[in-house]
Amino acid sequence: MSDDRAALTDDGVLVRQARAGDMAAFEELVRRHERAVFSLARRMLQNEQDAEDVTQQTFLSALEHLRNFREEASFYTWLRRIATHAALKIIRKRRGLDTISLDAATAPDENDHIPHPEYIADWRATPESLARRNETRRLIEEALGELDDKHRVVFVLRDVEGLSVRETADVLGLSEANVKVRLLRARLQLRERLTRLFGDPDRRVAREEHAH
Amino acid sequence: MKCQDLLKQLNEYVDGTLDPSVCEEFEKHMAGCNPCQVVVDNIRKTIMLYKAGEPYELPAAFREKLHAALRQKWKETHTPE
Repeated sequence: MSDDRAALTDDGVLVRQARAGDMAAFEELVRRHERAVFSLARRMLQNEQDAEDVTQQTFLSALEHLRNFREEASFYTWLRRIATHAALKIIRKRRGLDTISLDAATAPDENDHIPHPEYIADWRATPESLARRNETRRLIEEALGELDDKHRVVFVLRDVEGLSVRETADVLGLSEANVKVRLLRARLQLRERLTRLFGDPDRRVAREEHAH
Repeated sequence: MKCQDLLKQLNEYVDGTLDPSVCEEFEKHMAGCNPCQVVVDNIRKTIMLYKAGEPYELPAAFREKLHAALRQKWKETHTPE
């Protein structure tokens, strides 16, 4: 298949061609989705080597199980599920090696108290203009890296990948209530961090004013 | 509605899934509470910034390794005995 023709072909058609033994069709599917899979893994895992491992595992697994792919969902949805599970496996393995108890992941702290925003200020620039700056990318990725794994994974799926709460819960095997609590914590923590970076100190609202 | 109650409904509010009657209360509280207004605005901007994030490029050496591994696997699984 020529590259031009491949570029115009729908994922579903490429999947059928790949199943019928067309390696070029499979390679085109990989080319289309490799950056998205790698980015998802990198954001979840905050480590380039681990993200490479997950990306390779994901496409090897897709190649092997192409026959099991049901076309009710998009091909990328299927890849995302494989990649997310591979990333979670690495996170669990890391936790296992941690000296911290595994129970930390399921501590019943979450519903009790929502941390109150501390640093409240209007931002100095719009998200659009911030997004155009190279250093912004580094700063927002660093802030993402400071989240707990369980909060980061939910935030990446919901707010970066754009899944619904229900879809996020489904992929992670969590309840929707649990996803919502983790998402709120992630959003609040990132808001806190980014407002300290991008907030205008002259337009800061003191916490004392916010006691009612 | 108090600030702490507003925090609990924050997800639903910014995602536009809040029950209309609660939404009205939420907005009433915000109208009289500048810090809550700013927090909601900060959260919206935070989410927008992450949504606008560009994907990462694969490191060139890894990309080559990945495609070589896939070609190898393809041969293993598609060559008749």
